[in-house]
Amino acid sequence: MGFFIAQFLTGLANASALFMVASGLSLIFGVTRIVNFAHGSFYMLGAYVGYTTMQMLPGMVGFWAAILLTGVIVGLIGVIVEICVLRPVYRAPELFQLVATFGVILVIQDLTLMTWGAEDLMGPRAPGLTGIIRIMGEPVPKYDLALVAITPFVALALWFLITKTRVGVLVRAATQDREMVGALGVNQSWLFTGVFFLGCAMAGLGGALQLPKGGADLLMDFTILTSIFVVVVIGGMGSLPGAYLAAVLVSVLGVFGVTYIPQSTLVLIFVIMVLVLMIRPYGLFGRPEVAGEHGQVGEPERPIKPAGPRARMIVAAGLAVLALMPVYGSSFAMVLTTDILIFCLFAASLHFMLGLGGMVSFGHAAFYGGGAYAAALLVTYAGTPMELALLLAPLGAGLLAVIIGWVCLRLTGVYFAMLTLAFSQLLWSLAFQWSDVTRGDDGLVNIWPSAWASSTMVFFYLTLVICVGGIVFLRHAAHSPFGYALRAARDSTRQAEATGIHTKRVQWAAFALAGAMAGLAGGLFVFSKGSVFPNELEIVRSFDALIVVFLGGVKTLSGGVVGGAALEGVKDVLTRFEYWRLALGVLIIVVVILAPDGLVGTARKLAEKWGLMRAPEDGK
Amino acid sequence: MHRKTFLKSLVGAAALAMTGLPALAQDTIKIGEINHYKRMAAFAEPYKMGIELALEEFNAAGGVLGKPMEFIFRDDQGEPGEAIKIAEELMTRDGAVMITGSILSNVGLALSSLAAEKQFIYLASEPLADSLVWASGNDYTFRLRSSTYMQAAMLAEQAAQTDAVRYATIAPNYAYGKEAVEAFKKVLTDLKPDVEFVTEQWPALFKIDAGAEAQALERAKPDAIFNVTFGTDLARFVREGTTRGLFDDRKVFGMLTGEPEYLDPLVDEAPEGWVVTGYPWYDVSDEANTAFVEAYQAKYDDYPRLGSLVGYMTVQSIHAALEKAGSTETEALKAAFKGLGVDTPVGQITFREIDHQATMGAFVGTTALRDGKGVMVDWAYRDGADYLPTDEEVREMRPAN
Repeated sequence: MGFFIAQFLTGLANASALFMVASGLSLIFGVTRIVNFAHGSFYMLGAYVGYTTMQMLPGMVGFWAAILLTGVIVGLIGVIVEICVLRPVYRAPELFQLVATFGVILVIQDLTLMTWGAEDLMGPRAPGLTGIIRIMGEPVPKYDLALVAITPFVALALWFLITKTRVGVLVRAATQDREMVGALGVNQSWLFTGVFFLGCAMAGLGGALQLPKGGADLLMDFTILTSIFVVVVIGGMGSLPGAYLAAVLVSVLGVFGVTYIPQSTLVLIFVIMVLVLMIRPYGLFGRPEVAGEHGQVGEPERPIKPAGPRARMIVAAGLAVLALMPVYGSSFAMVLTTDILIFCLFAASLHFMLGLGGMVSFGHAAFYGGGAYAAALLVTYAGTPMELALLLAPLGAGLLAVIIGWVCLRLTGVYFAMLTLAFSQLLWSLAFQWSDVTRGDDGLVNIWPSAWASSTMVFFYLTLVICVGGIVFLRHAAHSPFGYALRAARDSTRQAEATGIHTKRVQWAAFALAGAMAGLAGGLFVFSKGSVFPNELEIVRSFDALIVVFLGGVKTLSGGVVGGAALEGVKDVLTRFEYWRLALGVLIIVVVILAPDGLVGTARKLAEKWGLMRAPEDGK
Repeated sequence: MHRKTFLKSLVGAAALAMTGLPALAQDTIKIGEINHYKRMAAFAEPYKMGIELALEEFNAAGGVLGKPMEFIFRDDQGEPGEAIKIAEELMTRDGAVMITGSILSNVGLALSSLAAEKQFIYLASEPLADSLVWASGNDYTFRLRSSTYMQAAMLAEQAAQTDAVRYATIAPNYAYGKEAVEAFKKVLTDLKPDVEFVTEQWPALFKIDAGAEAQALERAKPDAIFNVTFGTDLARFVREGTTRGLFDDRKVFGMLTGEPEYLDPLVDEAPEGWVVTGYPWYDVSDEANTAFVEAYQAKYDDYPRLGSLVGYMTVQSIHAALEKAGSTETEALKAAFKGLGVDTPVGQITFREIDHQATMGAFVGTTALRDGKGVMVDWAYRDGADYLPTDEEVREMRPAN
């Protein structure tokens, strides 16, 4: 009995920091509709700032004052980020702000390294709360009890602020209908800034509060990111009581998981998430997203059309230049181009479902890595030749997409995105944990192309043909009746249904096609690198693709490809420098601000402005 | 305005990197060094400093084959795919004669596979995975640092001398953790057949739920604990375990815990009485070791970590191989590395012909607190050659031979 109580209390204490950070994310999302990828970075800043302030303010009073002060400081940093980075892009297409927050992650990582150094910092203990109390014979740290006691109060205070005060009324009103709140004379931008302050302050508090149980290190931003996403989704996006309940649920189950199934530490949290979303699609306390409320901000999208003769000639010339690479380029230029081409196909496949299908996936790496693993497993265990493996990789990934799509497509919007994230994480843990087959993170090695394709030049041509072929095929699909149906389903489900389109089936097919194409890219990747590791299934890989699709321009057909080529190319140059993450982060933010329509969209606008391209006539 | 100048300097710097650098360094012997300088800065930086110290010393003494040695340092973001790309660039465009580096085992394994495919030498300086020289070993890959198996075997030997019978293990839930636990179990059971493993805990790497793990371990009532956690996991585990009295009257055996990289962040909360592998640079007394520590402190105004020592020995090994080969050709280098003896701060080490593993050992000792800092006491340097499986076992594990 005592053991169970002790376990339960440990779980509740763990829930504390998780709730603080997750509630901040939830608040920010609820009002601004920004999925703040950088939220983990504010948590990390909270830990580092808290460490420094605790050094300066000694004693018991100092300790708690330092935590509050940290909340304020991190909140103010959040305000700076909001004003400088996010404000200029609120009008950009939905979710474009993701890219900006990704840039913020990179900048904060390097600035933190510069400020506090590389070595992990051990968090100071809470003065007066260092010992233990025995509950029915089981030792429970005093600080854990303090956390268990404090968290409900913080949750209550937040709840009071949101439900009982005027500010809270405005915040909730903005959650429901931003336009209307603005029309009623409320200064929206300051409301957004205020919410961002509060959300970041909560993340900072969370980071500072966990110090006595751990410390500050440079990896903690990504370490917590998936957990808080899970908590927010299980609780229901935008719901505070939901976030609290979900944090407790996840933490307590986690503690019991450690005792009874010690191997479960990687998967448990995602299994919980998938189960909850299967039963309650909008989380424990979430509400279905109101149709239209989420609608596109900014100007309506132009209908896409096949490229004109001039554009075709330019592309053909570009391809010719690429195909002649072995004549003028070095061997490494071909290696680099191979990498970029593979990444472009991966990005194009995501763009297909995201741009044309309106399905935002946070877990597209599942299919890229899935294809890579399919090929690698075939080669390792069945001695499959490269040609066959490259054929089976997209089939395997496509099959995977059929299954995952069937589950995920029951949801829409951000919940859909989060469910795809959960599945890709499940797949990642499978590859990581099932070491008898996948060899865990030691990966599958020695998977090289067949003899005829093993030279850099031949493999370059192989990649060029397959990737360009895949991209052209996706473009072609966009202009086929299937593509039209897909766009119809995206723009208006009801009207599409009324014209006889089975929207879910169309979306399902698009999901599977995108998955298969990502799998093809993954298969090529394995043979170009000779090995595959669970990294290719990681959340970071999904983000990479997501970032370039937005960076290139969601609303343009070539956005994914252009974004992918641009980012990979820039990365190759920048990583040669010491503080490349800072430079890349700043560059991404600058691009986001200067080109809110993405690279392609903005280039097109400029071209039209300068008369290089004809602007579309009205009503077309 | 500011933005423009920033971009301009960026473009300028990029242009310089593309064209200027190769031209700058014409007559040197170049070695490509790939590491996770950003992702694992706390480990990669001391390692790099060790390399630079050794380079300075060797080049002051005339370099090798009549030319100075030059290392090209590149960041791979901790991604195997990225490391492969960089290795191709280093070998084909920058004119590197061989590749070294990596801390993470997966990057090491990817580079090793590439080395065999494209036929160049890869000296795996820091990755610990056993499969690097055994199950996935190949003719072009050599490994410097004492592997997971060797370090686990050293601790198992210590464990066998105690009267503890009931063992619990805690290790991060990934390849290194699993290998360490497996090796420890195997060697300890061989030495002392009556031991019993009562629980195995597998926290997710860098996501340990330390309170829950401590409770779960306590519940199994072991006599001793084998710990493989490191970094932030270790800090959390030590704090929760100490607070909850988990380590009272228990023997704890800790992989790598005594390395300054891991012990120093714990400051005055470093655990006492754990038997660990590590690097007690502060107490070394023999000539070669002291010379290295003093030179390092003179150059950097900082103390060496284990990574610094490995970096230093990496350059020594490569220098010795180049000198023995008398050329920079891959085949000559490969032949030179096989059975190569190198004089290092920890004594002479040999790159074994049978599996290309160097016999670099480890310092095994007991942790204690001194001046508010964790240190190792009662330590001894254990020669790696004594903690490897028999030749038959190695041949069986290594299909490449």
